[in-house]
Amino acid sequence: MIKEYRTIQEIAGPLMLVQNVEGVTYGELAEIRLQNGEIRRCKVLEVEGDNALVQLFESSTGINLANSSVRFLGHGIELGVSADMLGRVFDGLGNPIDNGPELLPDKRLDINGLPMNPAARAYPSEFIQTGVSAIDGLNTLVRGQKLPIFSGSGLPHADLAAQIARQAKVLDNSSQFAVVFAAVGITFEEADFFINDFRRTGSIDRTVMFMNLANDPAIERISTPRMALTAAEYLAFDQGMHVLVIITDITNYAEALREVSAARKEVPGRRGYPGYMYTDLASMYERAGRREGCDGSITLIPILTMPEDDKTHPIPDLTGYITEGQIILSRDLYRKGLRPPVDVLPSLSRLKDKGIGEGKTRADHSGVMNQLFAAYARGKDAKELMTILGEAALTDIDKLYAKFADEFENRYVSQGYDTNRSIEETLSIGWELLSILPKNELKRIKPQFIEKYFPEKSEE
Amino acid sequence: MGNGKVIKVSGPLVVAEGLSDANMFDVVRVGRDRLIGEIIEMRGDQASIQVYEETAGLGPGDEVATTGAPLSVELGPGLITTIYDGIQRPLETIRDLVGSSIQRGIDVPSLDRKKKWKFEPIAKVGDAVIGGDIIGHVQETAAVDTKIMVPPTLSGTIVSIKSGEFTVEETVAELKNADGTIVPLSMMQRWPVRQGRRYKAKLSPTVPMITGQRNVDTLFPIARGGTAAIPGPFGSGKTVVQHQLAKWSDVDIVVYIGCGERGNEMTDVLREFPELKDPRSGESLMKRTVLIANTSDMPVAAREASIYTGITIAEYFRDMGYAVAILADSTSRWAEALREMSGRLEEMPGEEGYPAYLTSRLAQFYERAGRVICLGSEDREGSLTAIGAVSPPGGDISEPVSQATLRIVKVFWSLDSSLAYARHFPAINWLNSYSLYEDRLQQWYIDNISPDFPKLRASAISLLQQESELNEIVQLVGVDALSPQDRLILEEARMLREDFLQQDAMSDTDAYCPSEKQFQLLRLILSYYDMGREALAKGANMNALFSIPARDNIGRAKNESNYQKAFAEIESEMRAQISELIAKGGEQL
Repeated sequence: MIKEYRTIQEIAGPLMLVQNVEGVTYGELAEIRLQNGEIRRCKVLEVEGDNALVQLFESSTGINLANSSVRFLGHGIELGVSADMLGRVFDGLGNPIDNGPELLPDKRLDINGLPMNPAARAYPSEFIQTGVSAIDGLNTLVRGQKLPIFSGSGLPHADLAAQIARQAKVLDNSSQFAVVFAAVGITFEEADFFINDFRRTGSIDRTVMFMNLANDPAIERISTPRMALTAAEYLAFDQGMHVLVIITDITNYAEALREVSAARKEVPGRRGYPGYMYTDLASMYERAGRREGCDGSITLIPILTMPEDDKTHPIPDLTGYITEGQIILSRDLYRKGLRPPVDVLPSLSRLKDKGIGEGKTRADHSGVMNQLFAAYARGKDAKELMTILGEAALTDIDKLYAKFADEFENRYVSQGYDTNRSIEETLSIGWELLSILPKNELKRIKPQFIEKYFPEKSEE
Repeated sequence: MGNGKVIKVSGPLVVAEGLSDANMFDVVRVGRDRLIGEIIEMRGDQASIQVYEETAGLGPGDEVATTGAPLSVELGPGLITTIYDGIQRPLETIRDLVGSSIQRGIDVPSLDRKKKWKFEPIAKVGDAVIGGDIIGHVQETAAVDTKIMVPPTLSGTIVSIKSGEFTVEETVAELKNADGTIVPLSMMQRWPVRQGRRYKAKLSPTVPMITGQRNVDTLFPIARGGTAAIPGPFGSGKTVVQHQLAKWSDVDIVVYIGCGERGNEMTDVLREFPELKDPRSGESLMKRTVLIANTSDMPVAAREASIYTGITIAEYFRDMGYAVAILADSTSRWAEALREMSGRLEEMPGEEGYPAYLTSRLAQFYERAGRVICLGSEDREGSLTAIGAVSPPGGDISEPVSQATLRIVKVFWSLDSSLAYARHFPAINWLNSYSLYEDRLQQWYIDNISPDFPKLRASAISLLQQESELNEIVQLVGVDALSPQDRLILEEARMLREDFLQQDAMSDTDAYCPSEKQFQLLRLILSYYDMGREALAKGANMNALFSIPARDNIGRAKNESNYQKAFAEIESEMRAQISELIAKGGEQL
């Protein structure tokens, strides 16, 4: 028998105190019944004696201390999952909003999940071809990786994410692929862009969407990514699918987290974000991966906008410490007209070394990648020097490097959002660019590959 | 033992009443699932408990039972090759029991109770033994011979000792102590993790820990028994450096703690180490490794314990007389776990919300490292080297954890994101990093490598230093303004950076570089500078000097396996090419 309590003592921001409760446990889900019959949900944040402090998931408008009542449900927040979720759209709390029928859940799962045993993980090593040279060639994505996109306000992260979702494939095309998309506090227009893109390319039928838009309650945002990841875990590990999860925008999530923390009067960490934000973000990001003995995988691409394009802001900073690399978009490159404006030098994929090479991409991949990085870094230095001292101050070899850097940006990075390059194409563009430099500068590539792939210049 | 009741639950912190019998830091079991927790504060009969597992589902009224003992680890055969969580539960066993997720309240012993080990006695009946004396040994893996020692607190005369196959709990010997009672000894000991294991005396470090990394061994060496920190922003390669050290260091035992880091990194160690061969013993690297994993999605309270669990296991092997290295990645996550618990206890925060005791806790951890004379009558020498990664927010090391660490450790390998962007790995900055062991280890290098070693090292560091000064001038006026001699310094420094300091961790041929090869390679690279200077003085053409073909061979020299012969060839080739230039004088080629 579930008791109803009419003992709400106080409401402040997203928090509510209920008194004289019995048998309430930490983390439990509860329902608030308003006088007009409306039901809202909340979660227990702290219990002390017969007081329970709960956090609302929706707005507190209309809750009345005397007439509203609370029921504790005896379990945590759950999401009903089934394979029929594909093609459906849900709100941030997992209720269908596409006017479709109610979902008949195959099972109900706690949205917080359980930590994955590191001894049971399978190491991600299968190359995913995204068709984007800056990613495939230099910051290779592999199945089961978590690779965020660090962007800024007004940069085209949505176009890049949609391009990846559209083009991503593995080279052996044997298994089922699905996309789980979580909109966390983004605008209608941005969300609409994704929906239209998925529809245009027909991928909507293998996509599950969770929508929390900018005008939805901020506090809901804390659950939305977890709903998405729970659905992804079910599809990946119960249904054996390869799931690509896109969460945008993590910055809004972190702000919701800060709001709850501030309401609880916790000691703040940097910039007012709670001290446990690292742990909290990790409990989401770490759900990506592969498990031994399971066919499926979860590849996670969270998108975040760096406030003031500052990579040391706590949100990108903590994210970078948890995720396996990052793709960084640059405002300078965007202004120069590069599409996508990926800044390859500070971008990184930590798992690339296991996903490239013979049998995965091509034997020369690693050498070409390192050489391109080194040459581009040197070319950028040379160009910097050139802006201070003029071109005459450069040595002949540095002039070639400067030319290389320009060509690299224009031909390799800036490919547009509709070009889908195979890894072979990406590698051969890389070789063409490297042929700007003399052969003996290519110290990072093994001589046998230079012999095999270095394009002979016939026109000169 | 008295049972208490939960009165408050707030995340990993649980307050219970009715625990007046319990002691500070006792391990308690909380609720129906018997979650593991530890008492960290007592007021009247109320105890604050940090719970090492997820607390969802706990509520007031749930039962709390104390075990009456502090958090301890089990020490004995079976530790090597195992991966444990922060409170020493074997993760592989848990996986076999409950599948790929870690569920709560799982109770499995740390050491396998059923497995039999072949115990070979060394002590004889009638031997008088004291704590720390070796009574027998077990060949645990091909690489590790685990010594069975008398626990530190016991002494007496051996009245019986067996030989044969036993489990860790079975009695292998009996001891009669001073008051005549007979004490049975098994192969397993327990030790509370927050207390350092005892030793006879601490010694100053004099022997380097050879790591096979040129940056470390040649420029910024660490001593056996020393302490080091690797701070760096994300993406600068902290974890790769830690893995390299875990793989190639010339120690007997490696304890690797993944503290609040990525799950895949631990999986990587688990999958990769068994494949790699120790360059000295030829055995698999896993056969000398113990792993502790508290990945970032695992409960935060156990993160605080994982560091202590790891170092207690390391001390146990040190006590056998082994050289042990402990690698903790990352101590910042451990400090954040401290901060989180401190916040929930509503303690007054210090700098950036960290508790005021952060520095002393860090110091206590690093001070458990050292080179020691072990307990026991034979005066064995063991060493424990501690290396911690630090993850400063935004890469800014003015933050409290980095600063507190730097006050304690003697070696500082500073990782630099701009080097990492240029794919210069390991991204150890040669201008900021330091090693305070350098002077103390100099004699060892002179005796074991070459009397020339200190001189070569000094000139390499000085060239790199001069390069950074010259670069400032180049930024202002361009490279043409420099004299040929200064241009040569720039070229030489570039060779040092690219051909010596860069070392590819993924390379088959260069991931490990023996000390002798490091020295020979450095000598080869520096000989270009000496010859070049002479050539310029004699009027050789500068551009021709910079583009001699032998330099390409130096660039590939680090990958040579038969290096003695190859280096000698390159050197004579270079000498010939440079003398030719001198003969031609200032002519262009």
